[in-house]
Amino acid sequence: MSAVRVLVGTRKGAFVITSDGRRDRWEVSGPFFAGWEIYHVKGSPVNPDRLYASQSTAWFGQMIQRSDDGGKTWAPVGNEFQYDGEIGTHLGHDDQQHLWKFKRVWHIEPSLTNPDVAYAGVEDAAMFVSENGGQSWHERTGMRCHDSGARWQPGGGGMGLHTILLDPVHPGRIYIAISAAGAFRSDDDGATWRPINRGLVSNFMPVPNAEVGHCVHRIAFHPSRPDVLFMQKHWDVMRSDDGGDSWREVSGNLPTDFGFALGIHAHEPDTVYVVPIKSDSEHFPLDGKLTVYRSRVGGNEWEPLTSGLPQKDCYVNVLRGAMAIDSLASCGVYFGTTGGQVYASADSGDSWTPIVRDLPGVLSVEVQTLR
Amino acid sequence: MIRVVLPHHLRTLAQVEGEVGLEIQGVVTLCSILDALEVRYPVLRGTIRDHATQGRRPLLRFFACAEDLSLERPDTPLPEAVALGVEPFLIVGAIAGG
Repeated sequence: MSAVRVLVGTRKGAFVITSDGRRDRWEVSGPFFAGWEIYHVKGSPVNPDRLYASQSTAWFGQMIQRSDDGGKTWAPVGNEFQYDGEIGTHLGHDDQQHLWKFKRVWHIEPSLTNPDVAYAGVEDAAMFVSENGGQSWHERTGMRCHDSGARWQPGGGGMGLHTILLDPVHPGRIYIAISAAGAFRSDDDGATWRPINRGLVSNFMPVPNAEVGHCVHRIAFHPSRPDVLFMQKHWDVMRSDDGGDSWREVSGNLPTDFGFALGIHAHEPDTVYVVPIKSDSEHFPLDGKLTVYRSRVGGNEWEPLTSGLPQKDCYVNVLRGAMAIDSLASCGVYFGTTGGQVYASADSGDSWTPIVRDLPGVLSVEVQTLR
Repeated sequence: MIRVVLPHHLRTLAQVEGEVGLEIQGVVTLCSILDALEVRYPVLRGTIRDHATQGRRPLLRFFACAEDLSLERPDTPLPEAVALGVEPFLIVGAIAGG
């Protein structure tokens, strides 16, 4: 019997929500690490019972927790994230140069092949790797020390390396995204990087099509076709067909192309989901109607999905890490809101149900398909 | 026996209830208390002092004998009442946020 396990990080703890493959009855466990901000929880694709969680507060700093039983029990592992070598500087909001300073882990991406290996994206933007199940973390300095680093600048939420995609087809290829530096690609397992932002236009920048400085909110690919990437930028939904070497806009008929979250259907590589948000000044759905938009043709043509979603007086946000897709035959789509709801669709987005309503603000959602 | 009172979240991490008792040889200072605490509870490393600088995390304060000791040098001897275990050493999280 198949099952799904939804891993939810919130402003005040982590939650694990489970169901069998029908996805019509849900059991919520948690809060784990109550009172702490949980930026991300993710499981190993090799060993689904191996989970990693990023736990932090401004008071007590960073913890990493690990579970080896699918989230029933947890134990703290290594929490030391020290930049290696010369620290260097980046642009601040005041346009002055500021020393890089570690603040928190935004994203943990377990290896595709080894459950003891995990990559961590942190704020201020850098990549760390653990090869011993999270007991210790070491920086891959090629990211932070990229020649363009002095031109990176924090987005409103901080200068976080918030997205890591491990390419399952090209060994050693990794994509990452940083707000507000842009997207980068490594072809040597993170040793060296190059910006992949050609085609992006960000009108808030002095040079709108500059090589770096773009506020990329999310990137995603379908694992069967990792050369085709989709991006939710600060404004604009973008597509690349060449591994990020160039991008074109596919916002098409979206009512607004600002947003954070983005997902791709498990079985249809050209089916893409976004949650349009009114604007960069008003982080809530248009007209108080929470709506997921789906394109079945790889962008440009989008249809609103509203069945089961509040269509009145809804002023939540859906953050960049808060959408996930399961891989059951009838594809499941999940997203969490800053209002503490987690919505699920067991029919590719045609209809939605809240699987939990009153959590703290949701920072991240991941889902594991268990068979 | 030095008595240390941890804030809620650090008690949870260290899996302790109530005060923590520490035996410290020699002069009792901020540094010697925190060193002993981290040896006894390694999970607290980085939660009170920054890993790299060993400086106090900004939203934590240290108190004892009704005095704010947060800005004392790490090697300053603490009041005798703390060293004798008459008064606890308090690690306090700032009251801020929602």
